[in-house]
Amino acid sequence: MSASHGGVLKHHFEDIEQQRSSERIGMWMFLASEVLFFGCVFFAYTYYRYLFPHEFAIASSKLNVAIAFINTLVLLTSSLTITLAIRACQLGQRKALIATLGATVLLGFVFTGFKAYEYAEDWHEQLVPGTRFNEEQFRDVKSPIDPTKEIHVDRIKLFFSFYYAMTGIHMLHLLIGVGVVFYLFARAVYGNLTPERYVAVETTSLYWHLVDVIWLFVMPLLYMAGPHTSLHF
Amino acid sequence: MSVASVNELRAVPDESPKEVRHKSYLEEGYSIWSWLFTVDHKRIGVLYLVTVFGFFLVGGIAAGLIRLNLLSPSGAILDNDTYNKVFTAHGVVMLFFFLIPSIPGILGNFFVPIMVGAKDMAFPKLNIASWYVWMIGAAFAVWGLLIGGIDTGWTLYPPYSTRSSSASVLPGALGVFISGFSSIMTGLNIIVTIHKMRAPGMTFGRLPLFIWAMYATSLIQLLGTPVVAMAVLLMIIERATGLGIFDPTMGGDPVLFQHLFWFYSHPAVYIMILPGMGVINEVITCFSRKNIFGYKAVAWSSVGIAVVGFLVWAHHMFVAGISYYAALLFSFLSMLVAVPSAIKMFNWTATLYRGKITFEAPMIFALGFMVLFTVGGLTGLYLATLGTDIHLHDTYFVVAHFHFVMVGGMVVGLLAGIHFYWPKMFGVMYSDFWSRFAAVLIIVGYALTFAPQFYLGLHGMPRRYPNYPPEMRVFNVASTAGYFVQGVGFIMVATYLILSLINGKRAGRNPWKATGIEWATESPPVLHNFEKTPVVVCGPYEYPLNVMQTGEKADVR
Repeated sequence: MSASHGGVLKHHFEDIEQQRSSERIGMWMFLASEVLFFGCVFFAYTYYRYLFPHEFAIASSKLNVAIAFINTLVLLTSSLTITLAIRACQLGQRKALIATLGATVLLGFVFTGFKAYEYAEDWHEQLVPGTRFNEEQFRDVKSPIDPTKEIHVDRIKLFFSFYYAMTGIHMLHLLIGVGVVFYLFARAVYGNLTPERYVAVETTSLYWHLVDVIWLFVMPLLYMAGPHTSLHF
Repeated sequence: MSVASVNELRAVPDESPKEVRHKSYLEEGYSIWSWLFTVDHKRIGVLYLVTVFGFFLVGGIAAGLIRLNLLSPSGAILDNDTYNKVFTAHGVVMLFFFLIPSIPGILGNFFVPIMVGAKDMAFPKLNIASWYVWMIGAAFAVWGLLIGGIDTGWTLYPPYSTRSSSASVLPGALGVFISGFSSIMTGLNIIVTIHKMRAPGMTFGRLPLFIWAMYATSLIQLLGTPVVAMAVLLMIIERATGLGIFDPTMGGDPVLFQHLFWFYSHPAVYIMILPGMGVINEVITCFSRKNIFGYKAVAWSSVGIAVVGFLVWAHHMFVAGISYYAALLFSFLSMLVAVPSAIKMFNWTATLYRGKITFEAPMIFALGFMVLFTVGGLTGLYLATLGTDIHLHDTYFVVAHFHFVMVGGMVVGLLAGIHFYWPKMFGVMYSDFWSRFAAVLIIVGYALTFAPQFYLGLHGMPRRYPNYPPEMRVFNVASTAGYFVQGVGFIMVATYLILSLINGKRAGRNPWKATGIEWATESPPVLHNFEKTPVVVCGPYEYPLNVMQTGEKADVR
């Protein structure tokens, strides 16, 4: 290995470990700011759910919890594959690296595909406030918590506003992650992702895990706010 | 002896680089592309310098329109709608495109790597990206201001901003949203640089206090900005799609937006003041030839302001219907911020005590900062007090208070920093006489502009109104006069600084005989800041010992 670590060491760093730990801490700092970004919308959602538990329970029951469950498994598996990719990169196992990164991209697309199907279903069921929303379907629905409560359909729309905002912003983050992992995949295919450069995989995996963890909050907040008496596909 | 070895002996002195003068960062390239595609933190700092002061001019012109309109009790030049748009333009431009990126963008980018003894920021490409993102955000905001203007005030409160306002709120809000990312990028870069790029011997206890202040600022940028980004994004979604997130007619709560907005925007006022305080540490010690009094107290008070600053936001909502108990708590916490601010003020005063004080332009600005910021800070306590705030809320008292802090604090702090570091940034000195004269003029102009507004606010003149009762005219005229005094001062500053670039005399490495590590390199610095990695042997303010951080004598120019 040459003194510049195969051209990996950038000119303004003294040594490779300083560069690696800078990149790591930089990613952690970015993740801290992402936590606050999502924390803001989680807070707003929680506040409204506290104010309007009945409407939120009704609205949540309309969501497809089976798809959400499958998607949770898909994302957790993708976190495993990207973690294996770090190890494969460090050991210089190019085939394993390509396979694990490719699997991560694929699982990201599987998640997106299921989510797109679910959005289409929501559109079909006229659950898109402001654009395509059928208020009639909520006319005689009773609150699963307390059937005597009066239901305001505007607050059901509020739930769906948050549903699209939260899942949409999460999916945007996921797609950015898929793009970055695909870039790493292409570099692995061209043999550019050498063991000296493993920190690129490591920092990307940190971001990927964060997107994963955010889903682990989004999913119960949105999908488990009400009872799901029947599964539907 | 063979011929070859003789040649080798002769060749040795020629290869010695002892007398070679290295190119400064300004001489690395002269084309426009060498500036626009640079990743050198110093050039990025200069890019910020030019653009930030461009926006200062725009915001300043808007301020002038406001002041001119208030010359007459019924509004002198603008109709009411235009007045709304002008004060919004003033607020948006000054806050998001001048104050927030000012010292972090200019002096932070330029001096954080030099003052920790590094070759560059940890992430140079992210650094230039932050400038471009900021410019894209600025382009959106300027577009919004040009195609119709925004009339919501810089706070963008819904439901007015999402439902009623017919003005171009969307591009303006998008501009604020996008420029926020730039702020996060700069903050992240500075934090990692301070943690990871320090030169040998540069421990946290030897960091210049400017670096501590920038660290605290960056923490706020990193952790506060994403919250306002999400709040503004939800507001944009509501306005663009008709969903009801903050709309009370659809079950939403507009006060929630205020909470989320101020959760960032109150800490953001510390983004706007902490770097100014950081500069003051450097200037006060240098021109009183004293070590800082209570280094640790000043350093930790910066962090204290950043932390406590996150816990006070709801004092903006004392009259917006929050619970009395919450108001009581936030009133108490707001007063708590005064403690670290006062620690700084007392320590600076103690630093001045029995110092050999000289009154160069940076020092005049620094002393002006201390006076104006103290007035601004103490009047803040009136507003933190629940009972008095109910009377003073949304009056000119508030306007005067935050202008004393923001303008009297940050702008004067920025000018102190620019004047202090100008010889290091460009290697030239500006006119001594004119700079002192302009400094006095600007400080007097500030006091004249904003002191009458305390009186106006105390007597009930609401902010953001285009007209007022005739009895208040004399104070408004005095305030407008102050604006023009400041304006003359700024024109003078711009003139002599630009002239110094053309024919200023060479500054040399250390024109102020200062002890910080940044004065141990060339003026202007070379591409990698130092000829070789510096080794730090002592703290940053060893003026009594006359020793620089690198161990050299400070008074050898």
